[in-house]
Amino acid sequence: MADNQDKHKSKYTADRLIPGAFEGETVTRRRFMTGTANVAGAIAAGAFTLPALAFALGPGFKSTPHRWETVGDVGMFTAINYTSVVITTTPGIGEVGKTTVYIRKFNPTIDTDPYDRDTPFIAITSRCAHVGCPVRWVDAAERFICPCHGGVYDLLGRRVSGPPVRPLDRFYTRVIGEQVQVGPRFSVNSLLRRFSPRDPGEPLDGIGQYLYPSRPTARKL
Amino acid sequence: MPRAPKLPSPPVPSALKAPPAQPGEDVAKGGPLEGAKRGGINVVDWIDERTSLSGTGRWLLFRKVPRGTNWFYTLGSATLFAFLSQAVTGVFLAMFYRPDAAGGAYESIRHITDTVFLGQFVRGMHLWGASVMVVLVFVHMGRTFLWGAYKYPRELNWLIGVVLLILTLVMALTGYLLPFDQRAYWATVVANNITATGPLIGPYLGDFLRGGPEFGATTLSRFYSIHMLLVPGLIAALIGAHLYLVTKLGTTAPPWLKADEPSTLSEAEV
Repeated sequence: MADNQDKHKSKYTADRLIPGAFEGETVTRRRFMTGTANVAGAIAAGAFTLPALAFALGPGFKSTPHRWETVGDVGMFTAINYTSVVITTTPGIGEVGKTTVYIRKFNPTIDTDPYDRDTPFIAITSRCAHVGCPVRWVDAAERFICPCHGGVYDLLGRRVSGPPVRPLDRFYTRVIGEQVQVGPRFSVNSLLRRFSPRDPGEPLDGIGQYLYPSRPTARKL
Repeated sequence: MPRAPKLPSPPVPSALKAPPAQPGEDVAKGGPLEGAKRGGINVVDWIDERTSLSGTGRWLLFRKVPRGTNWFYTLGSATLFAFLSQAVTGVFLAMFYRPDAAGGAYESIRHITDTVFLGQFVRGMHLWGASVMVVLVFVHMGRTFLWGAYKYPRELNWLIGVVLLILTLVMALTGYLLPFDQRAYWATVVANNITATGPLIGPYLGDFLRGGPEFGATTLSRFYSIHMLLVPGLIAALIGAHLYLVTKLGTTAPPWLKADEPSTLSEAEV
């Protein structure tokens, strides 16, 4: 009896007296067929799931081309005050794809941070770093003020008070001929160090720059 | 006299054939009304014989409910009907809506509201019905919580309900963008920014929802697809699971009811 039980437990099908067993065979045909059916099903399901998933996730890995937009003559902008211009950040969706940018000439007496040396013009976004409301440059106060939740920024776009978590974002600028061009956006931390563009509400000081990593869709220039 | 060859009978189900006359029954009795009545019963019988649906129907609808069942027990059904209303009006709105970010979406909504017969009414039902559904989901959830109806063995149904709540809010969020006017656009931009402030995966999640680094034409079609195809399917499937568990486990008695005293006298009292 004990011998019979051992035969049932043996991993060789031949020992278990299964009809038609091969020498050294360990997988029964029933088990093999079950496995084959499962694998075939998995391949069939994966064949349409994986491409569809990649299709849906794809835009999250595609970088958008940089846009440079001419905003006006060099003489339009002064080194002491901001001039507002409207540029298109997202083409093809009408008015909502436009945004206001505040521009002034590079001023060595106030733009003392080493990161700003290479830029001929300072272009600051009107998108608040809190949740993205439009900020307004108030001349008398020399502050950017957000009407939604009371965010206040100084002349350089650094946070003075309110809920924003980082300074106002900026745009790259260049001069072609006598024309000023505004390029892609970038974000800065409180020391005005440059980072790839982040969405509003994402801090960049300390651990923030690691908690809110750069995205493949929008890299630094 | 030679017998005529018997033709094969046509492939009509036996239930649809006229029943043989009972001995003693007057075959001529019963006018066309009686025949129609019997025909209806026969059709139901024919389906039931092949599906056993009547048993499922009895199991689903003719349940024993605890004493003290009251109007608060209708909140789940109310939510279900709010969802059905959203589904039906949504299907018909989709016949006129165009997810075109370059002005077409807004124009198609205006067309529905201004020119289509009953368009304003159907759009209004969908718009206000969305708020009604969210409110009903929360009231239904509050009733379940306050009465302790989420306890053993109904925890899984509570979890399914929480997922349904989240999916309902996803519907509310994605539907809000579709008119593509300034309010819809900026409200969704803010909502998307809040999504992106989640640490580590937030920025990538925001990109996935937008279909890129900025809000654009892709975002609208994406939200439209999520709103009318992906999430409604999930909600319908989960409502099925939710109802199955309600039927399987039964409903709870209100918490103020005490257990019945045993009706027979115990031995000590005798």
